[in-house]
Amino acid sequence: MLSQGVMTASYIGASILFILALGGLSSQESSKRGNYCGMAGMALALVATILGVVTANWEILAAAMIGGAVVGFVLAKKVQMTQMPELVAILHSMVGLAAVLVGFATFLDHSTAYVGAEKTIHDIEIYLGILIGALTFSGSVIAYLKLSAKIGGKPLLLPARHWLNLAMGIGAIVVGTMFVSQSGAGEDAMTPLLIMTAIALVFGIHMVMAIGGADMPVVVSMLNSYSGWAAAATGFMLGNDLLIVVGALVGSSGAILSYIMCKAMNRKFLAVIAGGFGTPKASAGGDSAEVEGEITPIESDEVVALLNEAKEVMIIPGYGMAVAQAQHTVREMVSKLRAKGKNVRFGIHPVAGRMPGHMNVLLAEAKVPYDIVFEMEEINDDFPDVDVSIVIGANDIVNPAAQEVPDSPIAGMPVLEPWNGETTIILKRSMATGYAGVENPLFYKDNSRMLFGDAKDSIDSLVKGLD
Amino acid sequence: MPLTIGVPKEVQENERRVATTPEAIGQLQKLGFEVAVESGAGAAAKFTDEAYSEAGASVVADTKELWASSDIILKVRAPQQHPELGVNEADLLKEGQTLVSFMAPAQNPELLETLASKKINALAVEGIPRISRAQKMDCLSSMANIAGYRAVVEAAQQFGRFFTGQITAAGKIPPAKILVIGAGVAGLSAIGTAASMGAIVRAFDTRMEAKDQVESLGGEFLVLEFDDDDGSGEGGYAKTMSDEFIAAEMAMFAEQAKEVDIVITTALIPGRPAPELWTEEMVKSMKEGSVIVDLAAEMGGNCKLTEANKIVTKHGVTLIGYTDLPSRLPTQSSQLYATNLRHLMTDMCPEKDGNLVIDFEDEVVRGATVVKAGEITWPPPAPKLSAAPKAEAKPEPQAAPEPEEPKSKVGSNIAAAVIAGAALLGMGAVAPADFMAHFTVFVLACFVGYMVVWNVTASLHTPLMSVTNAISSIIIIGALFQISSSDGLLMWLSAFAVFITMANIVGGFAVTRRMLAMFQK
Repeated sequence: MLSQGVMTASYIGASILFILALGGLSSQESSKRGNYCGMAGMALALVATILGVVTANWEILAAAMIGGAVVGFVLAKKVQMTQMPELVAILHSMVGLAAVLVGFATFLDHSTAYVGAEKTIHDIEIYLGILIGALTFSGSVIAYLKLSAKIGGKPLLLPARHWLNLAMGIGAIVVGTMFVSQSGAGEDAMTPLLIMTAIALVFGIHMVMAIGGADMPVVVSMLNSYSGWAAAATGFMLGNDLLIVVGALVGSSGAILSYIMCKAMNRKFLAVIAGGFGTPKASAGGDSAEVEGEITPIESDEVVALLNEAKEVMIIPGYGMAVAQAQHTVREMVSKLRAKGKNVRFGIHPVAGRMPGHMNVLLAEAKVPYDIVFEMEEINDDFPDVDVSIVIGANDIVNPAAQEVPDSPIAGMPVLEPWNGETTIILKRSMATGYAGVENPLFYKDNSRMLFGDAKDSIDSLVKGLD
Repeated sequence: MPLTIGVPKEVQENERRVATTPEAIGQLQKLGFEVAVESGAGAAAKFTDEAYSEAGASVVADTKELWASSDIILKVRAPQQHPELGVNEADLLKEGQTLVSFMAPAQNPELLETLASKKINALAVEGIPRISRAQKMDCLSSMANIAGYRAVVEAAQQFGRFFTGQITAAGKIPPAKILVIGAGVAGLSAIGTAASMGAIVRAFDTRMEAKDQVESLGGEFLVLEFDDDDGSGEGGYAKTMSDEFIAAEMAMFAEQAKEVDIVITTALIPGRPAPELWTEEMVKSMKEGSVIVDLAAEMGGNCKLTEANKIVTKHGVTLIGYTDLPSRLPTQSSQLYATNLRHLMTDMCPEKDGNLVIDFEDEVVRGATVVKAGEITWPPPAPKLSAAPKAEAKPEPQAAPEPEEPKSKVGSNIAAAVIAGAALLGMGAVAPADFMAHFTVFVLACFVGYMVVWNVTASLHTPLMSVTNAISSIIIIGALFQISSSDGLLMWLSAFAVFITMANIVGGFAVTRRMLAMFQK
């Protein structure tokens, strides 16, 4: 049994280690060390807590911990890098569920008696902890289902959905007051708590269902943020500073990511949450802007010839590369081009893919050196010097309509500008529009060439041609 | 009924090119056309009749039969007197046929009259507009590229020294200095060729946009100390410049004349005689043994001493005035020309059914068509697109943001700060001290998180999410507090929470580690 002082000291150490873990991610070199700091912090916190508070049921604790560890380890080993968004989403849901469970357990535990304002605050903390936890849980489950394509990615838009959200919000507050007053009066307040949990679950489902595929990076980072706030709320509930610190760290991290993603799409956070982006209705402006010109198809041998002549090659990957699992083939092509002395670079849009940094992870998996992978802002001005840009399964993030068509649904969104280069090759399965449902004038530009077909097959043929 | 493409043998003396190659025939057949080639048509370009038949073309020995049986005639040179048959090729054309070849429509109005009188369709490949989409059909560029290369080769032939500088046991050899005037396709090709042979290449063009292109090929761009607007004209050609500009230009050339060993002039303005850029004075001031290649010889020459189709020596300087430079690389030029025409046919045969559509909505076809069903349609309306970047090309997206913004932002920021401060004070007034202590920790941690996370590099956003996921499972502590409870329900709730958070912790850290291990330089 550790004393309270030793436990608190361990928690301080763990907090510092967690901050170092996040700080380490500022560069690739220090990131591995950061991850070890995180592990050390977690181990320290776990050991201190187990030695400090656990007094019985050791065998159940051991079974739960070992079982959980095995499951987690297997998941982490098995997951494909292209499935990272799904994994992250399902992990979020677990944090949410745990927050709900811990909330209920704390509520049921009457070993510590609170009175007066303390009692009220404690009840509110429980209420909020469960609310955020339930919301995170159901929202993440839906996000997981959407990302793993188990349900469709199209936004589900109920009529009067904003009113529904409002009603649920008010309902949660009303039930919350009921809960606090009943609990304060010493009654069994289980019923309002369960009602609220149900409302929060429905709210989470409804919220994520209404959000389209292109907005998934925002959703994933938002849920990341929620899982942090859930931990923080639990921390308040338990009066535990470590939980509060970690919750606040994770919460602000997720919030910043959401902000970055929203900015990358020039969208208001609330508008994303309210959902409905990319529906045919919303893209009326895009349709009215008739795209003039014609598309020019190209064969892979002609692309090979272009590449052989090029000095500067830019590759712009999008979600299509992840879907086609083409990252290894892309790397092969890049190695061949680099061996021929071409300067090959990658341009990554912040919202390319389905979660923040998705493309970077895929490219890293395929062993693309990270110093040739650039962010949009670093590289957009270099396009005039680029001989050949290859767009792999990306659409909205290279859509000039964002700059040229003021009433386009994506107007004002920062985009990569391959059309300023010599030639743009666009690998595409068909002429379908992107998730935003907006026509892409890039395809019709004079210096654009369409290479139709599965991204992986197309690049395969380029690799063969480059031999 | 698929149309037949006929490719006659060129009749002009010293014309070695041919309008199609065995390679292109396969592609034309894919469009649904049948192809007939006159026997011996490709001989000078090293394409044998056998190669053509193997590619699937029918080889026709009789010239008249070929002309009569074809629906589309692809040629290099414009129709002219046939030396063996004794008739003009134009007289072999019949109503409804389509002729595609070089025609120089601006210089040959009477040829257009003749073709119109035959009630045929005629496409002059010079008329293909120089827009990006039509680059693959741009015969002028293809030929100019070859001419530029060959100009350097011809110059090397006449020049008595190496191009590249060397230090040898037998002494030091200075590199040749070459001046290329006009950095169009031919000029750029010449610059690239000469630079790769080791010469010091200087180039001049009135269009400043050519500077980067010249430098990219290893040439040095001569800049005129002169204030004037850019010399880019419509359709990628230079326009005529002002008198002062020309005076400054000539002064610079006079300076260069004393230094350079080889001059290659490529200055042409469409439909007009070539401008005189290299005067007799300049020729005189050049070193003995210097060489001038005048690619504008056909249009009178950039140097008046040049004689078309001849090599002459004047004032100790060799002047090369060949006008058939592309034809001197017949295999290469035929191949490129055939590919250009094949692309043109592809453009005109959208259904791939072996039929030819002359669609005046298509800017390329409109530009090239000089006679349509017996009516002269030359000149076409001016092409709209220029290869030069326009000055106002890029309208600043959302230029001039509302200047009111910052003020109101500051105002709303202050308001927000006041409200937040009031809320904090209010909370502090009612909340117990214990809560406020936790709240302090919470707010500080939020700020620390804010500072730390902004430093995370964008490429590590996914690992950031998975690691924050792992550490947010610190919620396990809450479950650990309850797991020793004697209440069975509480214990099982906690045990389940421990199970899933543990999965999350291990899974989150392990997958982060896996990802970070992949990032490498």
